[in-house]
Amino acid sequence: MKFGVVSFPGSCDDVDARMACARVGEAVALWHADHDLAGVDVVVIPGGFSYGDYLRAGAIARFAPIMTEVIEFAAAGGHVIGICNGFQVCCEAGLLPGALLPNVGLRFVCRQVSLELVNADTAFTSAFNPGDRLSIPVKHTTGRYYAPPEMLARLQSQDQVVLRYAPGENPNGSLDDIAGVINEQGNVFGLMPHPEHAVDALSGSIDGLCVFASLAAAAAVA
Amino acid sequence: MHVVKARVLVRPKAGILDPQGAAVERALPALGFEGVRDVRVGRLIELEVADPARLGEMCERLLANPLIEDYEVLVERAGG
Repeated sequence: MKFGVVSFPGSCDDVDARMACARVGEAVALWHADHDLAGVDVVVIPGGFSYGDYLRAGAIARFAPIMTEVIEFAAAGGHVIGICNGFQVCCEAGLLPGALLPNVGLRFVCRQVSLELVNADTAFTSAFNPGDRLSIPVKHTTGRYYAPPEMLARLQSQDQVVLRYAPGENPNGSLDDIAGVINEQGNVFGLMPHPEHAVDALSGSIDGLCVFASLAAAAAVA
Repeated sequence: MHVVKARVLVRPKAGILDPQGAAVERALPALGFEGVRDVRVGRLIELEVADPARLGEMCERLLANPLIEDYEVLVERAGG
């Protein structure tokens, strides 16, 4: 079970992501300028400020050399998880529906949030139970999930909304309290909260670990 | 290389909440500027291009995100 964590210039959660992956499997670094996924089973696109978030968050990273391989990997059914900036990159790349807009409050939000696990029937969430309440931190300025009305209705009807902010916890004005969505094929997952920062009791919660454990279990079956 | 100057105006799509515009709209009356509404904050991109026919494609692929933004391309006339 091998996880590959992409590092772009400006990524800052790549090390934590590798450490989280290493708790459930092997974790290697993937470099943005390479065209090589090193035979990994799962690609993690981590948080940070890739390419300075210039133009729009994720807009430049989406054209990084390694993204050619990541997009091919996803098209072939490989598991890709985009966390925070990685979620923005996946949306810009068209791997996930929708877009992330500046927070309604225009402020950088950094806090532990309470989340509702909506769909536990995915490769990324199978270690949870539907309805589980999770405590995972968010830290972002551009996290307001948006999808046009028809796209949003489709996401809801196809169970593609995987994670929601609990009532009253929405930190950024996301539509329908959406914190994480999955693509139609079920192999690309993006979320604004940081599961890699919630894998050790020392940091207050280990709820994020289940995401990585789910992926390890999915890869073991595949 | 012959180039022409162009400007690309990028705006949040109608109907999408623009918190920056809302903040500016609240700030103006505080300075005594009454009678201002519908403030929207977008982005101006100035560039010189050899082939202005490709500007639309540039907007679709990079300069704007068509899901959330509208764009308008203004090409400066030769000698203008």
